[in-house]
Amino acid sequence: MPGRRGIVAVLTLTVLIVLWVWATGPGGIISPVRFPSPSLVWEALAQISTVGFGGATLPVHIVTSVALVVEGFLIASGTGTALGLAMGWDRRLAAIINPVFQLLRPIPPLAWIPLVILWLGLGDSAKILVIWFAAFVPAVINTETGIRDIPEHLIEAAYMLGTPRWRLLWRIVIPAALPTIFTGLRLSLQASWTTLVAAELVGSFYGLGHVLNEAQQSIYPGMIFVGMAAVGLFGWLTTLLLAIVESRVLAWHPSVRELVSA
Amino acid sequence: MRNRSLRLSRWTRVALGLFGLTIFFGIWGAGSITGLASSTFLPDPLSVIGRLLKLVDSPYAGHTLLEHLTASLFRYGAGLALAIVVGLPLGLLMGWFRLIDDIVTPMFDGLRFIAPLAWVPFAALWFGSSLGGPVLVIFTGAFPPVLIGAYRGARLIDPQLVEAARMLGTPHRRMLTEILLPDAVPSIVSGLRVAAGLGWQSLIGAELIVVSSGIGYMMVQAQAAVSTRTVMAGIIAVGLVGTAVDLLLRLGEGAVRRRFGVAGPSK
Repeated sequence: MPGRRGIVAVLTLTVLIVLWVWATGPGGIISPVRFPSPSLVWEALAQISTVGFGGATLPVHIVTSVALVVEGFLIASGTGTALGLAMGWDRRLAAIINPVFQLLRPIPPLAWIPLVILWLGLGDSAKILVIWFAAFVPAVINTETGIRDIPEHLIEAAYMLGTPRWRLLWRIVIPAALPTIFTGLRLSLQASWTTLVAAELVGSFYGLGHVLNEAQQSIYPGMIFVGMAAVGLFGWLTTLLLAIVESRVLAWHPSVRELVSA
Repeated sequence: MRNRSLRLSRWTRVALGLFGLTIFFGIWGAGSITGLASSTFLPDPLSVIGRLLKLVDSPYAGHTLLEHLTASLFRYGAGLALAIVVGLPLGLLMGWFRLIDDIVTPMFDGLRFIAPLAWVPFAALWFGSSLGGPVLVIFTGAFPPVLIGAYRGARLIDPQLVEAARMLGTPHRRMLTEILLPDAVPSIVSGLRVAAGLGWQSLIGAELIVVSSGIGYMMVQAQAAVSTRTVMAGIIAVGLVGTAVDLLLRLGEGAVRRRFGVAGPSK
């Protein structure tokens, strides 16, 4: 039994779709050069799925982009979480690294794109480095904060009971910081998509950003629509995947219940 | 683990920080001056600073750095203003009227996962690539945090206050302007700060792709001309302006919070 919310949502989407069909077709309000009608979107989808567009078929572009996002995200969040752990662990290390970090942090990740192209060209390694610039920072900051905010008495208690160092790290410090770490990971993932799409738009051979760029150059609104829909769909799927991982990893944590119900 | 709660004196912190910065600039400088990294790959820090100062009054890619920055800031201001004008009232209304919430939320959720820069092609197609297009891209970056901030703010309001006002027969319009808006201010302001950062980032992205002036355009031109120094000078300029904008907003946030009786700016 869908609730009131669900009914309104379905109604809204129906109205939007009807408006879309009407305004781009019989209504004639929106010219097909500006925004595609559903049939033009379908044509574009058929073309890119069979013949291909921008040098490859849709699955190739999707796999290229998703693989880069996942690789970039894993590398950035892995290194970022590790540095955040070390910085949260040792104030002296944090004091050494923080000024450099604060110096580089205000630079928007996308501003690195031209420099990275000069360094590494237009290939995969360039894309991963750009993603790294974007996704590394939230991972570091949230991990460090998570560790800083662990209640002192937890750690004192563990010490008093003679918990060895590594056990303390694995069984107490990391689990206690995990909810905050995951907040950082979600931000990192979002940042990975934003920067990858931008980097692919600026220059690339395959990928969804490349499709968007080619479609823009050849003024092909149907294909722009397909590219955007694919970006949204796979952005959503990867976010969903991360949420599933989070709810598995944090199954014991009270915040997960809120997350599931939200 | 004892080091986690280590209290460092201010001087120790400053000394360690200087040590870190020295290592950073030391590696950079040593790498470029000794020729370990070629100057097209890694120009030394001083030549980048020199380049930055020179760009201030000698034109590159058609304009001086200040002219590029003015063009960028103008677009940025327009896009951010649009995001606030649309996002703020919509967020408050969503927080207040459940029907509007139920209608807008599915649309918002549907569009949320599209990276802001993916709007570039449509933005350019609809509004051209000089002002309207980039403004739309900045809007798509800055709009969600503004909306979410206003929405959260409106939902955080003390129900007893609302109840009391209702009982006294306060009309909707006055409820919005006199109860919701003031109470939601701290949340709105934090949303604005996030929006300002994301908007600045989207602007740079849009300028890298479609525009023919602005700081992002200058950087792309410098990249095409393999002038690493100019690209790095551009990165520094972008960082400085972003910091200045954030600083202004932080001051504004502090002032607003004091005015509405909430202590201190959020981190």
